[in-house]
Amino acid sequence: MTRKLIYPVLSVLAAASLALTGCGQSGTSPASSPSVAASQSTAALTVSDPWVKAAESGMSAAFGTIRNTTDQDVTIVSASTPASPMVELHETVMGANGTMQMQPKKGGFVIPAKGELKLEPGANHIMLMGLSKPVKAGDEITFDLKLSDGSTVSFTAQGKDFTGANENYSGGQTPAPSPSSSK
Amino acid sequence: MDTPAQDATGQVSAGDGLRRRHLLFGGAAAGLGAIAAAGAQIAGTASPPAAPAPVEGSNGAGTVPFYGDRQAGISTAAQAHGVFVALDLRPGSTPERVRALLKLLSDDAANLTQGKAALADTEAELALRPARLTVTFGFGPGLMKVIGPGRGPAWLKPLPAFSIDRLVPEFGGGDLLLQICADDPLTVAHAQRMLLKDSRSFTTLRWVQSGFRRAYGTEQSGTTMRNLFGQVDGTANPSPGTEAFDKVVFGDDRIPAWTPHGTSLVIRRISMNLDKWDELDRSGREESVGRKLSNGAPLTGTAEHDEPDFTAVNPVGFPVIADFAHLRRARPEDQSQRIFRRGFNYDAAPGAGSVSDSGLIFASYQADVDRQFVPIQRRLDELDLLNQWTTPVGSAVFAVPPGCRPGGFIGDHLFT
Repeated sequence: MTRKLIYPVLSVLAAASLALTGCGQSGTSPASSPSVAASQSTAALTVSDPWVKAAESGMSAAFGTIRNTTDQDVTIVSASTPASPMVELHETVMGANGTMQMQPKKGGFVIPAKGELKLEPGANHIMLMGLSKPVKAGDEITFDLKLSDGSTVSFTAQGKDFTGANENYSGGQTPAPSPSSSK
Repeated sequence: MDTPAQDATGQVSAGDGLRRRHLLFGGAAAGLGAIAAAGAQIAGTASPPAAPAPVEGSNGAGTVPFYGDRQAGISTAAQAHGVFVALDLRPGSTPERVRALLKLLSDDAANLTQGKAALADTEAELALRPARLTVTFGFGPGLMKVIGPGRGPAWLKPLPAFSIDRLVPEFGGGDLLLQICADDPLTVAHAQRMLLKDSRSFTTLRWVQSGFRRAYGTEQSGTTMRNLFGQVDGTANPSPGTEAFDKVVFGDDRIPAWTPHGTSLVIRRISMNLDKWDELDRSGREESVGRKLSNGAPLTGTAEHDEPDFTAVNPVGFPVIADFAHLRRARPEDQSQRIFRRGFNYDAAPGAGSVSDSGLIFASYQADVDRQFVPIQRRLDELDLLNQWTTPVGSAVFAVPPGCRPGGFIGDHLFT
């Protein structure tokens, strides 16, 4: 019952966000834009409105808006945080069965030149795979984004109570046929 | 129309995005059709909501600065709608957790009051019409005890008991007060929900009081409000922006505020017995207060702000403004005993056997509760004909901290 209710809401949000993302990334592919001059990289990206979903244990996710201030595409290859030993960059895409599913983003997040990438519930996000301790509302959690040129961009996200963003990770296994697999 | 607009960097802008959305939904598996229709609408507004463009005749874009020496929502001309929310800290709250709460709520208030969605705002579009939204914080005794034992003002405690009081616990006390005001009730409701969502793991809800004045635009801004007795209510208020106002609300050398740019807020829920008031004729109503119902003028004058003549007598030798009149009783001999009222009417669902549950959320700002508010209330408690029709049922006292600067939060001075 509950799952059926959640499913369409998630789908709508995910699709809406995905559409925007698709728009912003049109014409670029991760492979075509691997490098940013190291001298620019510290200021290459800015992260605004970062937040993390508060959670006692298990998985959580971080969101915000990442802007590329340079004239070249920038690729984020990985993220790390003291809050979780394992972190993945996730995208939410429509699976073959028509449901929205999240999965690791192959090649990482590409932020188009002078463009931005929004990390939102139901769309792209930084996935904390296993919290090492609870993330409480108001906690300040630091993150490091590793770029393809080897440089790092850091930001601090605020813990927020949030009852959405319930996407659980299916661990790369074959998605279950039920829509609830993307929950 | 069919040619996607492109900017200098070759990025495709909104026009193309819209079609892409349709393509995406068009490709959705069967069974998603209805959702796709809904999704297309939501998708159209999913981009970061931009600041609202002012529209002629529309007041939704109006903003009141959040950051400043003093908190907004005090000298701000009273908005049409006001909600007062009292929260209690959960047992075991630490100063660190209170700090985190105040940071979260300040951040929400800073965004929402400027017409921006709060962080993790699930109804971001509702934030786009701030309609002069203000969020004003007050600290109750419980909060001060946690974050700064001994740093709170001596008057931060329940008011002394008054004989006229019939207080109910549902409208008393509280550790943290949020006064949320705007000219639009939907804006107020959204801000209230956002702030409560961010409070829930720190606090429990103690009480909510929702009030109103005339709708925006019904009267010239700054017009003294009318209460549900039909009275012009608040004529004696000092005007924001004047020296008198600053002195009454934020103190001076003689009666200093508890902290620079701080003040106090007393919230009294005053039940007004409209059914009993109905029994009183017009002259009786005017005598009870000592003011004319038509325009609020004292019975000895012709205009609202005329000085009352307390020595005037009628042809048979009685004072024109009676000894028991509210106006005479409320007016202090000592000019330091003044308050600034920023109240709202309430009109709740009537109880069984009644046709009204109405009254006033009497919100009073002053530098020092004990030296300004309490003496006035004492006099009214002793004698005020208006007590026949009014009953205080709720009472709470809060220390109002100063405003904050960008990067700071309300109450940050208590954590240094």
